[in-house]
Amino acid sequence: MTWRLPVIVWQLLFFVGPLLFMIAMSFFLVKNYRMVEAFEMTSWIKMFGKGYFWDSYFFTLALAAWATIVATCVAFPAAFGLAFKVSDGTRRWIIFLLIIPFFTSYLVRTFSWYVILAESGVINNILGYIGLGPYTMLNTRFGTMVGYMTLTLPLVIILQTLSMANVDKNLIEAAQNLGAGRFQVICKVIIPSAKVGLIIGAVFCFILSFGDFVAPYYLGGSKPPTLSILIIDTTKSGQQWPRAAVVAVMMTTTLMIVAFTAIKLAYSKKT
Amino acid sequence: MNLIMHLRINADRVIRLLLLGYLALVFFFIFTPIVTSIIFSFNSERFPTIPLGSFTWKWYQTIYADADVWEAAKTSIVVAISTSILATLIGFCTAYTDFRYQFRGKNSYLVLALLPPTIPLIILALAMLAWFSRLGISGKIWTIVIAHTVLCAPFAMAVIRLRLQQMDPDLESAAWNLGASEWAAMRNIVVPFTKSAIISALCLTMAVSFDEFAVAWFVSGLNKTIPVIILEILQGNIDPQINAIGTFVFVTSITLVIIAQLFFILRSPKQPTHV
Repeated sequence: MTWRLPVIVWQLLFFVGPLLFMIAMSFFLVKNYRMVEAFEMTSWIKMFGKGYFWDSYFFTLALAAWATIVATCVAFPAAFGLAFKVSDGTRRWIIFLLIIPFFTSYLVRTFSWYVILAESGVINNILGYIGLGPYTMLNTRFGTMVGYMTLTLPLVIILQTLSMANVDKNLIEAAQNLGAGRFQVICKVIIPSAKVGLIIGAVFCFILSFGDFVAPYYLGGSKPPTLSILIIDTTKSGQQWPRAAVVAVMMTTTLMIVAFTAIKLAYSKKT
Repeated sequence: MNLIMHLRINADRVIRLLLLGYLALVFFFIFTPIVTSIIFSFNSERFPTIPLGSFTWKWYQTIYADADVWEAAKTSIVVAISTSILATLIGFCTAYTDFRYQFRGKNSYLVLALLPPTIPLIILALAMLAWFSRLGISGKIWTIVIAHTVLCAPFAMAVIRLRLQQMDPDLESAAWNLGASEWAAMRNIVVPFTKSAIISALCLTMAVSFDEFAVAWFVSGLNKTIPVIILEILQGNIDPQINAIGTFVFVTSITLVIIAQLFFILRSPKQPTHV
């Protein structure tokens, strides 16, 4: 109990506490620019009645879904190569390299992309020499997607690689001996065996993209704003904390539904 | 038959090459922004173009002369060190509990301890800010420490738990049987055994805290950390100072990560003798 209690108290006080308070705050009122504790549905009704909230909501959902699909598909061949086509030692080194991006500032990497993708940036500069462009890449979905991939791709590749490297090699050989082609081995043996890791990678990608405000703001131009940008705007400039709390609660609920559905899918017996 | 085998092996080789080429492409995408920012931090042109301008230290000199940056660096370091100690302590307790005890509600306990990284930072930031304001302690440096500790402890827990996995569970009970108190067993067996993981956890959590911007931005008030300064510059104009600060942060974090890795890889290979 000596080891358990401090952790429980700490987590309740500084993790569960803030989240529960945020839920309570979504029922508070704002009077004369000051927050008043109350139990009213005002903020919920206000937010649900606004067209821009639902625009943001479905836009964010679609962006995160796209990011998940793109990251999963882009990562898969890379992870496949890492899991089956390189030695164990090389794989360990490459995974170490893939950890490096986590410890470089995401903000700085975004700024780099900004400079690279800009109208007069590096790519258009180079294209200019061969008489192409300039292309608009900033403030587009493409820009946002580049940002999301910067954030999520290394993690998705690592998770996919680890799950595929753990697939029983005997299983693959057995399938090959029974006459399965390459494609069949991938679809019928590798993907089902590595399912849990593949889905967990996708879920993390969804969570990260859904909550990120940097890529959609600086590379995507924030039109329309995503939910996280909405939270920042309502808190920082509007002082409308209860409304920001409504957005945050909606986001958390959505994420929980997505995560639970995915995990159920991952551990379902059917393949 | 021979021909078919031959073709198959050739096809394998081609597929392998294609996959490795693809992998190189993905790596190019991942490392382009990092390399670009380091290169442009030494580039004289204000707006980065190809071909590059001349080599310069001027962006580093600008940030070196900037009192705000120094102040932020100090805050960042204080926060990162305090966070790493607290988070590693909490991570250790959690990992040890998971390793040693079976109890009702253990799953809920682990979920409670490991959940924070799955909550989007911006939501955690809003919740923390509101909570600290309610408690009347907002805007203090140590509120950033608390918030970062919540965020980092699960990483420390994971690293230490992996190491504990390699410890013989009977070792501790043997020490108790020989008359060692729980504390003595902890001090003389568990802590030395997990020392490498503890150092790894300290470095990793320090690096995470040093880099975190969303929660720090909301909670920090006037005590800005380095990432918050970067965020504020980013909101202004194109400013190569970001590259210089970014490179500085990069070098710091990578040093920490490499130290963490070294301790994780070079941890004493000899298993303790079984009793």
